[in-house]
Amino acid sequence: MGNRSVIPFGPQHPVLPEPIHLDLVIEDEKVVQAIPNIGFIHRGLEKLVQKRDFTDYGYVVERICGICSYIHGMSYYEVIEHIMGIEIPERAKYLRTIWSEMSRVHSHLLWLGLLADGFGFEALFYQCWRLREKVLDMFEASTGGRVVFSVNTIGGVLKDMDSSMLKSFVDIFQDMDKEIHKCCDIFLKDYTVETRLKDVGILTKENAVLLGAVGPTMRGSGIAVDTRKKYSYAAYDKLDFEPCVAYEGDSFARCLVRIEELYQSIDLIRQAVDKIPAGDIITPYKGKPNGEFMFRAEQPRGEAIYYGKANGTNHLERFRIRTPTFANITPMLNILAGAQLADVPILVLTIDPCISCTER
Amino acid sequence: MADITKSPWIMHYDASSCNGCDIEVLACLTPLYDVERFGIINTGNPKHADILLITGSVNTQNQEVVKQLYEQMPEPKVVVAIGICACNGGVFKECYNVLGGVDKVIPVDVYVPGCAARPQSIVDGVVKGLGVLKEKREAMKKKA
Amino acid sequence: MSDLYEIVPITPEQLPIVAMEKKAQGGRLVQICATRRPNGYEVLYSFDVETQLYNYRLDIDEGVEVASISEIFPPAFLYENEVSELFGVPIKGISIDFQGKLYRIEATTPFKD
Repeated sequence: MGNRSVIPFGPQHPVLPEPIHLDLVIEDEKVVQAIPNIGFIHRGLEKLVQKRDFTDYGYVVERICGICSYIHGMSYYEVIEHIMGIEIPERAKYLRTIWSEMSRVHSHLLWLGLLADGFGFEALFYQCWRLREKVLDMFEASTGGRVVFSVNTIGGVLKDMDSSMLKSFVDIFQDMDKEIHKCCDIFLKDYTVETRLKDVGILTKENAVLLGAVGPTMRGSGIAVDTRKKYSYAAYDKLDFEPCVAYEGDSFARCLVRIEELYQSIDLIRQAVDKIPAGDIITPYKGKPNGEFMFRAEQPRGEAIYYGKANGTNHLERFRIRTPTFANITPMLNILAGAQLADVPILVLTIDPCISCTER
Repeated sequence: MADITKSPWIMHYDASSCNGCDIEVLACLTPLYDVERFGIINTGNPKHADILLITGSVNTQNQEVVKQLYEQMPEPKVVVAIGICACNGGVFKECYNVLGGVDKVIPVDVYVPGCAARPQSIVDGVVKGLGVLKEKREAMKKKA
Repeated sequence: MSDLYEIVPITPEQLPIVAMEKKAQGGRLVQICATRRPNGYEVLYSFDVETQLYNYRLDIDEGVEVASISEIFPPAFLYENEVSELFGVPIKGISIDFQGKLYRIEATTPFKD
C-alpha cells in the first residue's frame, strides 16, 4: 500500500482548451479514483427558453458548443418541426445530412489533432488541423460562417448549395481522403502512438452499457449502435452505411472508430450528393408549437437527446439537451481508475470531452 | 510590423465560452493563420505569459480563476477579450450564471468582437495587443 | 419514430422496480430530465434497451422525496445532482452527492421559479 494523495487536475491546463477539474486520488503513480468537479462554464442556457421566442431560441442552442454547433441547431428545429407536424422538403433533408457529416469530419479531425498534441506529436497535430481548415473553408463557402452558421430554420434550411458547389465539395473531399489516409496511417501504425494507446484505458462492453457510454466511446467497446442508423433522421434512411465498431475497448479502439467514421462521413457526403433531389428548401408554417417531443441525434461525440415541451405560446416550457459528453463522464471515471497518472491527459481526451456541451 | 522586436508569449483561458472562439484561437496557432510567425508562443504557464487571451464571459465560479491567472502574470501584461461573450456577455447575457464581460473582473486592453471571432480578427487583436504591450513597457521604463 | 412519444406515468415507489427491470434487460440509462409544473415537477426517466427508448414520467408535488437510482445505474448520479441542484427536487441516496454543489452556481434552484 503506497502513499495516498489527491492531485487536482485543471481547470486551466495545457491538454484541453476547456476547463474541467478532476480530483485524482492517487496511490504512488496509480489513480485510484477520480471525482469530477464541473461548473466552470455552466451558463444555464436551458433557462433562456423562457425569455426567447421559440423562433429565436435556435440561435442560443447553436451556441451550446462551437464544435457540435450545427447538429445542436438542426436538432432543435427538428424537435419544433415534429411538435408542429411540419414535413420539411426532401432537398432540405439532404442538405442537413451533408452539413451534419461535414461537421463530423471537422470534429474528428480536430479531435485527432488534439490527441496527437496530447502525446506530444506536434507535427501531426498541425497536419490534422491543416486538413480541418479545408472543411471550414467549405462551410464558409456554403453558409458564410466558419464555426457557428445559423443555416437551419423551422421548416427547412436557409441556404441552398447548387450542383457545381456540391460537386466541388465532393472533389475536395476526394483529395482530402488521400491526405487523411496519410495522417491516419501514422495513428494506426506508428510505434510511439501504439505504445501510448494500445491496452490503455480499457472500457469493457459490460461497463460501457452499465455506465451509459455513447458514440465512439461505446462503439470502441464493441457495441454497434449508431443513432443515425436506428432513428434515421434527415436523409440517413436513404443512405447506405453501417456503424463503425472496434472490439478492444482501449484508447486505440476509440481512436480507430473515429478514424473509420471519417472515411464513412466522406462516403456519406458522396452518396448524399449523388442522390440529392431538386426542389424547395423550406416549407412555410403557421401557428405555434403545442406538445412535446424527444429527439435523438448522433453527434460526433455520440448520441444526444433533445426534449422539448411547448404549450402553444411563444415560449417553450422546457427544452432539455442531454449532450454526449454528459453521458460519457461516468465511463471516463471508470477508465481513469487504475490508470497511471501520466496517462490521465490522454485518457480524458479519448472520450472526446466537450465541456461546453456538458455544462451548457 | 517592422517595429515588433520582442517575442511575446500568450496564454489562453476559456472562461465560459462555447468552444467556438477557443478553437478559433487554436486555429490561429496552426499553420494556416500561424501567429507564431510574430514570435508568439502559446504557453500554459501564467508566469511565462505576456498576453492573456480570454474567451467567454465570467461567472461566479471562474472569476477567481481569471483573477488569479491575471495576478500571476508578470508586468507588463495585456488582456485581449476574444468574442462577444468576453466583451459583454453576448447571447448569454441574461443567463442566471453569467456575470457579463471579462472587464467586470480584470482590466481588458483589446476587445475582439464576433461570434465566433474570426481568426483574422483574433490575429489582428493580438497584434494590437503587441502595441499596447510596447506602450506599457515604455511607461514602466520611464517610471524606473 | 412513434415510439418516442410513449411516456408511461409511474409513481416514486415504482421507480426502483422499473429501473431494476431495465437493468435486467441489459438496458442503459439515457437521461433524467425535470420539468417544472405549477406546484410540482415532472421527472422524465429514459432508458434504452437494444436501441429502443423507454420513457417513464414521475409527476410529483413539491417536496416529495424521490429515491436515487444511482445504485442501479451509476451514471444517474450526475443527472440526479443536476435535477436536485437546478430544480430543487429532493433526491435521497445519491452515490456521489454533491449536496447542491455540482455546478456551484450562485443562484439557488434557478429553474424553480
